[in-house]
Amino acid sequence: MDRNKPDMIKGTLDMLILKVLSLEAMHGWGISERIQQISRDELQVNQGSLYASLHKLTREGWIKSYWEVTQNNRRARYYTLTRAGERRLGIEAEHWDRLAAAVGRIMATA
Amino acid sequence: MRLIANLLFRLRAVIYWGKMREELDEEMAFHIEQETAKHMRQGMSATQARHQALSKFGSVLRARERAQDSWGVGLVQDLSVDARHSVRRLLRSTSFTAIVLLTLSLGIGGTTAIFSVVNSVLLRPLPFPDSHELVAVHHTMPGIGVPETPLSPALYLTFRDHSRTVEDIGVWRWAPVTVTGLAEPEQVAALQVTDGLFPLLGVHPSLGRGYSAEDVAPKSSYPVILSRGYWARRFGSDPAVLGRTIRIDGADRTVIGVMPAGFKLAGLSPDLFLPLVLDRASVSVGNWSFPGIARLRPGFTVEDATRDLESMTALASEEYGGIPLSVLESREFGTFVRPLKDDVVGAAGRVIWVVFGTVALVLLVACTNVANLFLVRAESRQRDVALRTALGASKGRLARQFLTESLLIGLLGGAAGLVLATGGLRLLLHLAPANLPRLEDVALEPVALLFTLAVSVLAGLLFGSIPVMSYGRSGLVEPLKEAGRNSSIGRRRFRMQTVFAVAQVALVLVLLIGSGLMIRSFLGLRSVPPGFQRPQEVLTLRLSVPASEAPTGADAARTHQQILEHIVQIPGVTSASAAASVAMDNWDSWEDLEVEGFPVTEGEVEPLRRMNWITPGYFTTIENPILAGRSLEWTDIFEQRPVAVVTENYAREYWGDPSKAIGGRIRENRSAPWREIVGVVGDVHVTGVAEDPPSVVYWPMYMDRFWSIQDYVMRDLRYAIRTSLRNPRGLLPQIREAVWSVNSDLPVSQVMTLDEILAASLSRTSFTLVMLGIAAAVALILGMVGVYGVISYTVAQRTREMGIRLALGARREDVRGLVLRQGGVVGAAGLAIGLVAAVGFTHLIAALLFGVGPVDLATYGAVSLLLLSVVLLASYLPARRAAAVDPMEALRWE
Repeated sequence: MDRNKPDMIKGTLDMLILKVLSLEAMHGWGISERIQQISRDELQVNQGSLYASLHKLTREGWIKSYWEVTQNNRRARYYTLTRAGERRLGIEAEHWDRLAAAVGRIMATA
Repeated sequence: MRLIANLLFRLRAVIYWGKMREELDEEMAFHIEQETAKHMRQGMSATQARHQALSKFGSVLRARERAQDSWGVGLVQDLSVDARHSVRRLLRSTSFTAIVLLTLSLGIGGTTAIFSVVNSVLLRPLPFPDSHELVAVHHTMPGIGVPETPLSPALYLTFRDHSRTVEDIGVWRWAPVTVTGLAEPEQVAALQVTDGLFPLLGVHPSLGRGYSAEDVAPKSSYPVILSRGYWARRFGSDPAVLGRTIRIDGADRTVIGVMPAGFKLAGLSPDLFLPLVLDRASVSVGNWSFPGIARLRPGFTVEDATRDLESMTALASEEYGGIPLSVLESREFGTFVRPLKDDVVGAAGRVIWVVFGTVALVLLVACTNVANLFLVRAESRQRDVALRTALGASKGRLARQFLTESLLIGLLGGAAGLVLATGGLRLLLHLAPANLPRLEDVALEPVALLFTLAVSVLAGLLFGSIPVMSYGRSGLVEPLKEAGRNSSIGRRRFRMQTVFAVAQVALVLVLLIGSGLMIRSFLGLRSVPPGFQRPQEVLTLRLSVPASEAPTGADAARTHQQILEHIVQIPGVTSASAAASVAMDNWDSWEDLEVEGFPVTEGEVEPLRRMNWITPGYFTTIENPILAGRSLEWTDIFEQRPVAVVTENYAREYWGDPSKAIGGRIRENRSAPWREIVGVVGDVHVTGVAEDPPSVVYWPMYMDRFWSIQDYVMRDLRYAIRTSLRNPRGLLPQIREAVWSVNSDLPVSQVMTLDEILAASLSRTSFTLVMLGIAAAVALILGMVGVYGVISYTVAQRTREMGIRLALGARREDVRGLVLRQGGVVGAAGLAIGLVAAVGFTHLIAALLFGVGPVDLATYGAVSLLLLSVVLLASYLPARRAAAVDPMEALRWE
């Protein structure tokens, strides 16, 4: 495992999942791949946490899941954002912006 | 909205846990597949790709666990998982589970059944409002050996008029009557009660009214109150019964009320209640025949009331006369009260507590046995647990698993025990003496259910905590290091098991000695010659000839004679006669008799003598030998001759020899004519074979001026009919026929063989015996299993040591002896402790013993020997196994 890659900040995985799902419905592996791709391999999804996160978000009602057959004829569980999930994503994104800006200011000045 | 969705999700997780897990697994498998496919697309080999995918994913188990945690039903789920694991583990070790469940259910079932009895009979208050205020009032005359007697009417009236400590007092009397005109003539259980009795109990007729002061005054119209049951049975619960008349003992009585369902007095539930009429003008101190019940005034105790009532003897004597104060003083006459419940429960309380204690001991044996089995099991799982701890299972989690497992066993045992208790209770009620009070109230109750639950949960926690505690101490590395043998923990656990085994042997010894003593008592009682022979051939029944059917005494005597003559005609009947009381049937009458030539010195009183009234042939029928003189004849009866027959002990007391008693004269009081003794018969244990036979005086059933009554006749007699049949009851139809051929209005009641009367008088002993016997047998089996378990366990633990010994030249006998010696040590230690405990326990049952002391060396010795051999037998099997060890095999075993 590459030691130089940053750890996922606690709590951000949920937000990233919501964000990725806001584009299209996806299964677990797809979500993990997409995060990795977009971050240009900077972010590694801890796959042990991935399904815990997905199920927790489902329980909270922010995403929902359904089973579908993939192109190569395998059954897979797809997740998609709910209306509540969209609202949640808005809140989380705003929080993130403020947090990132604050952290950025401290790193720039202090 | 989201909240509801959240709850629905959790609900689904609880209900469809398995399905959700399958989906999760499928989802993760898909993930790994996709990852593998990706790597393969990048040119890896299939194996390499899969390996890479798995390593990136990390622990699937851990991922699954974390996902499941996010379902938000952790605690519920853990418990159900633990329970499921427990069930699986228990199912895997069937013999362990079966033994533990059997053991526990026996213990818990027995305790619950007996607890139901204890609760219903001893603990539950009487069904009256503020029943703690109710007391029973008794007289006592220790000076003439009478610990307690019912009240004299004169004292009852005095108490009622003057007492400041009791709100009211009432008396009653058992007075069976004959009811005619409703169906076939019927002898009906009836009580005579005073007007204050129902109100002070707080019970009122559910229909109509109770008795007023006029109803119990002289010139009463003698109305009648029905019991609920009789009202339903004879009148179809018709409310119009009020005001109707029924014919009781040949006179018409008006129905004025119906008692509420379930009403009972002193454990009796009669069909009819009649007014108890007392004429102040004619009562006097004496006539001790009215049980009294009072309600304490608030603020007064039982002691206050005793002091208060006891102080009124002189007052009563002054007001009503009767037995002079000086005589009362010489009898050490007194009055005392005690809680009514104690009165109802009486001596039966001791039997029930003894049985309860016994069964509790069995539960203890059962629990130690189960604890032992769990210990052995814990030992075998020690390494497994240590491994899991090392792999990261938390201690709390492991502890919870053990607790779940043992709680589950406890609850299952409790459930099985409950089933057993229901059956056991039925058996118990079947075996229990009929005179055990409040027996009909006994049922498996919510309290008993709670009790079972508590016992099983406690038992479960107890067993569960044993392995938890020892793991708590042992830490995790040690069990991994040690190879399951010869470690300090192993030794400690072994010590604990040995302590359990010793305790078991001790408990079993106590129970065995208890039942041994009861068996000896029972045999002792059965070997006492009761004063009659072959009681199983004698059928008895009660038959009363009321004045309406035979107005004069002579008529009544003639009716009884005719009936007896008809009965003797029946083929199979060898003889028939009748008496007021046959053997120990609880009918009694006592009097201090004057003996000619033996004047009573001033201030002294004659002891009370038991009296009985008989027809000719009575001694022939019950086969009590006539030692001197003759029996009574019909001419004695019809001519009202002043004659009597006495028992041998009475004859010896005054005349020294039965033959010298013939011609001696006795009378019931100074104004009575002297009555001549014409015969002496053998002693009869009429008060029960456990007691010395009292002196009995037999009068003819029809007498002249007895107790100053002109035509004294016993209308109500118990018939004794000796047959040549094995089942004398078979003759009952012919006997009824014979009775009704003389008079079709006479009811036959209380049909019993003489043997049944005898058995009923022994029922308390036999009940205790059976209960103790069952308990001891169960405990013995459990104890044997326990000792066997411990010894086998050590043999298994020491296989290598045995192997070395054998390899070094020890003979197989030596190895066998080694193991046997260990069993012997356990046995001896258990016996030593048990013998000491037995001395304490058997003193509790001393009152139930007969002909044997609580510390009976023969019983103690025999039982100890028996138990020691059982213990040795239980250790012999493992000893043989130890001796058969193959040294090479044992050494190679590591």
